[in-house]
Amino acid sequence: MTTREEAAQAIKKLERAAAWKRTMRRVVIFVVFIILLAVAYTGYKAFGQAVDDAQTQWPVIGRVLPRTDDLTMPPIRDIVAEFGQPPQRNNSKPLAAFIAEASLFTLREATLGFVFGVALGLGIAIIMLRSRWLERGMSPYLVASQTVPLVAIAPIIVIWGSNNLGWLPFEWTSWMSVSLIATYLTFFPVAMNGTKGLQSADPASIELMRSYAASRRQTLVRLQLPASVPYLFAAFKIAATAAIVGAIVGEISGGVKGGLGRLILDFASRYTTGPSRLYATVIGAAVLGIFAVGAVTTAEYIVLSKRKEEPLSL
Amino acid sequence: MKWSRKNGLTRWLIVLAVFAMVASACSSDDGVETQELTPVKLQLQWFTQAQFAGYFAALDQGFYADAGLDVEILEGGVDIVPATVLDSGAADFAISWVPRGLVPREEGLNITNIAQVFQRSATLQVSFTDTGISGVGDLAGKTVGNWGFGNEFELLAGLRSAGLDPDSDVSLVQQQFDMLALISGDIDAAQAMIYNEYAQVLETVNPDTGELYQPDDLSIIDWNQVGTAMLQDAIWADADKLEDDAAYRATAVAFVEASLRGWAFCRDEFDKCVDVVLGAGPTLGESHQAWQLNEINNLIWPSPDGAGVMDQALWDQTIEVATNEGILASVPTDGAFVTDIAAEAIANLKEDGIDVVGDGWSPKTIELKAGGE
Repeated sequence: MTTREEAAQAIKKLERAAAWKRTMRRVVIFVVFIILLAVAYTGYKAFGQAVDDAQTQWPVIGRVLPRTDDLTMPPIRDIVAEFGQPPQRNNSKPLAAFIAEASLFTLREATLGFVFGVALGLGIAIIMLRSRWLERGMSPYLVASQTVPLVAIAPIIVIWGSNNLGWLPFEWTSWMSVSLIATYLTFFPVAMNGTKGLQSADPASIELMRSYAASRRQTLVRLQLPASVPYLFAAFKIAATAAIVGAIVGEISGGVKGGLGRLILDFASRYTTGPSRLYATVIGAAVLGIFAVGAVTTAEYIVLSKRKEEPLSL
Repeated sequence: MKWSRKNGLTRWLIVLAVFAMVASACSSDDGVETQELTPVKLQLQWFTQAQFAGYFAALDQGFYADAGLDVEILEGGVDIVPATVLDSGAADFAISWVPRGLVPREEGLNITNIAQVFQRSATLQVSFTDTGISGVGDLAGKTVGNWGFGNEFELLAGLRSAGLDPDSDVSLVQQQFDMLALISGDIDAAQAMIYNEYAQVLETVNPDTGELYQPDDLSIIDWNQVGTAMLQDAIWADADKLEDDAAYRATAVAFVEASLRGWAFCRDEFDKCVDVVLGAGPTLGESHQAWQLNEINNLIWPSPDGAGVMDQALWDQTIEVATNEGILASVPTDGAFVTDIAAEAIANLKEDGIDVVGDGWSPKTIELKAGGE
């Protein structure tokens, strides 16, 4: 082994150690942040209740904070304990298991919606790259598409899906309609950021490609798409959370059973009798969102770190 | 492009492909085809709960299959209007409250009520006894919650019948679908379904006593007694298809018959029926669903003319309130409801010895548990 290889290996080792350290630091910061959040929640609640209690006999200033009683803000220990409690007496399955299953169901809808949304968004971005004229023409409609309230289109998509897609080789089920709703929210950031990313290629490089007599397709594949990767990953992170939100909202308004949306609605409609169930489920939804963004970040890390090793090949 | 030199594009195409594979791996196909049965889709107005116990029981107990039907129950959603789904053809039958079926009908959907399952209204106005509200007249000057979205008309008509002006004599506020506002004292009287929200109050711990709230703590205004009740859950069908398609009509009779068989099962085999509901909605609380089924049974049984048969007087009252309150522009045209299908269905059930009147039925006493568990 040459000294050069040894040095390279040593550097790699150091890099790996640094990366490990970074990850650990992140985990610690995350945990500390959660603890701080819990302390802030409990402190706010305690303060609000103290103010209310002090005034039970002689109201002086009234309620200074929005309601902080156990029905509105269940204590954190109740919320945590709720994960282990079965929501049904004659069924020993704990709430955590229901949330996990529902999360998987929603993740499936969201993943499919994400994949279609990314494909659609990229397609639109490439079309808009080809023609400034089309870009100007399409942009307002893309923006308009996102201002249409989801609750208005969700039932339309669900009904349309079950009526018009009988010709498909597989049976169209209602959760796939929810995926379409997720697609609807996902394609927009990808299309917008994708256009910007594709346009971000260095004009000098484009000139170079031209001088090589590269076709438009070659320029796109070899130069513009690689240049857009950082922009795209930024969009994917937004799209990943949008896909989850779209899936949850789509489930709620479209009446699809099995996912987090249904669980949230189920517990929201019985809020008075078990507020911590709803809180626990919402935490589950947040964890799912973090997981989705984490998956995109990991993919980004893999793609971009490999890229650093190899010089960009034209 | 050489294979050895993967560029950025191929790399993230691989990432996408992995996503796609995960997604397609997840989408297993679980459609088992049953050849001889007629496929039927039923659209509910809301989610799985004992409100729809009869249909779930008919499915679970095989009553639909025995009637030659392969029924799929589509649950409702926040923005799903059963009448629209029915008219679009995405469902063959729908469960809808009468006013919520009649409004789209007036707008041009040709649907018809083929079986009036609930013979009474389940909407209440609930207040704590210490607010001193015992009748509609006592609502004067109070803060009165309602859900809006068409749920408020029995209340408005009730206020008018007591000589109150809903715009000036009471303070009407929009209320959430839970009972937090009533329990927190933000509103004096809250809208509640006797089979749902009313029970939720009774499943909540009273901080003053440490025990659950008791029925004695609450005072209720029942619109059935005030005389402004409107009919609720009914089975609706596509009127055009009933006219033109003899097979659809036969399916409708079979469907109503098997559904009513399901409701009779829920009356006679109460505990089993509660289990069916809990199996269909595994996050639902046991005592709450038992309460709900008991109250739902109370809305159906007894049905003096037979379950599913329209009570003309109540229909007239529903239409009167609906037209007076401006829900409907005019009295519905003929064919808003038909009685022949329900009559045929109950005749068949009687032949089989099923009690379709339920004279002997009396409500049970259900003990609610904290949180409805």
